[in-house]
Amino acid sequence: MVLGLIQILIFFALVIVVTKPLGLYMKRVFEGDRTLLSPVLRPVENLWYKLLGINAEEDQPWTKYAVGMLMFSGVSMLFTYAALRLQAFVPAILNPQKYGADQIPSHLAFNTSASFTTNTNWQSYSPEATLTYASNMIALAIHNWASAAVGMAVAISLVRGFARRKASGIGNFWVDVTRGTLYVLLPISVVFGTIMIAAGVPQNFDAPTVIKTLEGATQTIAMGPVASQEVIKMLGTNGGGFFNANSSHPFENPSNFTNLVQLFLIFAIPAGLTYTFGKMVGSVKQGWSVFAAMSILFLAGAVVSLSAEQAGTPQLAAAHISTASSDTQPGGNMEGKETRFGIGASTLFATVTTDASCGAVNSMHDSFTPIGGLVPIFNMLTGEVIFGGVGAGLYGVLMFAVIAVFIAGQMVGRTPEYLGKKIERFEVQMAMLATLVLAACVLFFTAMSANTFYSNTSKEQAQALVESGAKAADLGLATRNQMSASVSLDPKTQKADIDKLPASSRWNLWPATAYGNSTDTYYGSTRNNVNNGGAHGFGEILYAYTSAAGNNGSAFAGLTANTPHYNLTLGISMLVGRFMMIIPLLAMAGSLAKKKFSPASAGTFPTDDATFTLLLVGTIIIVNVLTYFPALSLGPIVEHLQMQQMKTQ
Amino acid sequence: MLQLRPAIVLTALFVVFFGILFPVFMTGVAQAFPSQAHGSLIKKDGKVIGSALIGQNFTRPEYFHPRPSAAGSGYDANNSGGTNLGPISDKLINGIHKKTADGKDDPSNFDGYRDLAKAYRIENGLALDADVPADAVTRSASGLDPHISPANALIQASRVAKARHLTVGQLKVLIEKNTDSRFLGMFGEPAVNVLKLNLALDNGAQ
Repeated sequence: MVLGLIQILIFFALVIVVTKPLGLYMKRVFEGDRTLLSPVLRPVENLWYKLLGINAEEDQPWTKYAVGMLMFSGVSMLFTYAALRLQAFVPAILNPQKYGADQIPSHLAFNTSASFTTNTNWQSYSPEATLTYASNMIALAIHNWASAAVGMAVAISLVRGFARRKASGIGNFWVDVTRGTLYVLLPISVVFGTIMIAAGVPQNFDAPTVIKTLEGATQTIAMGPVASQEVIKMLGTNGGGFFNANSSHPFENPSNFTNLVQLFLIFAIPAGLTYTFGKMVGSVKQGWSVFAAMSILFLAGAVVSLSAEQAGTPQLAAAHISTASSDTQPGGNMEGKETRFGIGASTLFATVTTDASCGAVNSMHDSFTPIGGLVPIFNMLTGEVIFGGVGAGLYGVLMFAVIAVFIAGQMVGRTPEYLGKKIERFEVQMAMLATLVLAACVLFFTAMSANTFYSNTSKEQAQALVESGAKAADLGLATRNQMSASVSLDPKTQKADIDKLPASSRWNLWPATAYGNSTDTYYGSTRNNVNNGGAHGFGEILYAYTSAAGNNGSAFAGLTANTPHYNLTLGISMLVGRFMMIIPLLAMAGSLAKKKFSPASAGTFPTDDATFTLLLVGTIIIVNVLTYFPALSLGPIVEHLQMQQMKTQ
Repeated sequence: MLQLRPAIVLTALFVVFFGILFPVFMTGVAQAFPSQAHGSLIKKDGKVIGSALIGQNFTRPEYFHPRPSAAGSGYDANNSGGTNLGPISDKLINGIHKKTADGKDDPSNFDGYRDLAKAYRIENGLALDADVPADAVTRSASGLDPHISPANALIQASRVAKARHLTVGQLKVLIEKNTDSRFLGMFGEPAVNVLKLNLALDNGAQ
């Protein structure tokens, strides 16, 4: 426990150290100043502008900036969809397992392309059993770069909205994306990618290696260009793993050194951007007060998660399983955790990955204790503004800052101001629009999927169920009586004719054509896709939509999400969560940029001190997390009470 | 206003630069680290017998045993993953033990951690209510965890010593040698690499 706390503090000290230099560097990059790398990268940058056919000097109004952002996201998403579906047609060296379109049906390809385009990197599939090396590299990893660069661009343009006076434009989308990619993401990735390879992360194009183990069994070890994807997966707060087990897989994250590197890469840019922000609006204290609010929420989550997991469960203690940590064993709740990480490095990772919109995992959140698992959900429900995603964290927290000063203004009856800009009806409307759409999306889809009425089981599964009969009621297909009334087994073959099921039990939310293959009718109810019963099962569904709408991508991975219902609704949640946040904020940026500067007066609420920091923390908790309190009560909170009473489910 | 050209060209640039050139460039860099780049494979008598980073299954008494695994049917390095069972899942705690109509074990059968703890105690000659290390009876996140805790290794040492006619003291030295310590003395947990330890047993301590 003590070492766990020390890990948190040392890691955080590293983040604080990098915040200022990286923040200053990013400010120079986005303002087009000369940097150390300009002699090398300037020609590349100019070549890109020439190929793009844009005028790099042009200052775009928010509408044009938003259209550029949407066009780029749309075109690259379509490209990825097509590339995934056509993955069979790549050279053999990039497809040693001979995967094709069968591995990635249309609903999965939609979900995956939406997922990577929106910086979510939710993975409904198991990568090593689904994707060619080419799909990983070309279809998916490009979004690790692109979506991170788009996030940074949007954040910077919103900061420009505060910094500029009576301006019509908020920057140039194409220039911002180009600079963020070439000057920020690329050099850091080259350096840390090399470090990762040296530390044991594979980088090759070998076919899966088949070996005979010491005891003579056969083991097939999946290989691939892991390091080049791993580094940008962390730096871009993407989180989409090369392997199913993500950063818990020893090839993605072999040691505690690489683990620390990964944690550091997640927070580096989001932390640095708070300094960039302070510098651009002319007062670094403004940046630090936002940083302080993030720090409070981060530290609280990390400590709660650590202590919950280290304590383990009363069920473990009753089975005489050591939960006390010592120098020779980690103790605690080790289900779904790696020995080398133990409790401390696992809970720190779980906190950091959900504070930021990363979503990589080095332990399985689904097996966390109820309170330990509540922390990641809570973090995501803050809107992922605790440092947050690359860019997304900063624009998210600025949205809450606007709401916070609005609330403060309401309390004293003055027109609120933030950073010298009057916050008026339009700004507050835009901020609330983003908040409410997200909440509606998470809660609506969770409620819908936890319901019995939406069918989602494949025909074969349904058939087996009818034939065994016993579990029909559990699956919500229909009651047993109805089933046996309408379907009887063929006396010879003992097979049921599933098509004779009453229409009500195979009613499908999505018309068959929505996922391409009209024979794929799905039976049973969506709530049966959970891996656990009761409150924890509900938690799996709630976690999924929270993660999708928050563009996080981590999961209570027991949920069987690779079905049309989940792939489509989660994909929609991701798109809503990304663009229904970005577009209102760009509109806000445009409106702010046009305003004149109102100098601070005696009545101005200061936003660079501890009072504001606490107000911001309070606003984030009240506006966002309390919205979800009833849902959380049905999941982790009930589960915690059940655990204390030694109930199982 | 529509900005279709920059959207298409930028997508193409990302494909070329980051979908192709970057991984190829990093593969070039990786040539400086040939072992790591190809998965840190270990050889015995000229044959590859595994990866130092990837756990593999051991069941014989003369070997140290890894943690239980949820990767495929156990340590399937092409199918990584955990159980994803919740903390109060009956399946996780008590397991599933059913018989099919013809008296065989049901394919959905599963050992809960109480079952695993019981088996662990019997295998290592512990009292029936002895505390067992948490890592010995829980499944890891990847299902490929190459490590066990030193406490777990020390408990197994007496069994292995007996099977190999060695002393526990000799094994303790080997365990220590194959333990990866905390990074900088703070990060993570000390962990014993099972494959390396077993290989050392086979190579020297016969």
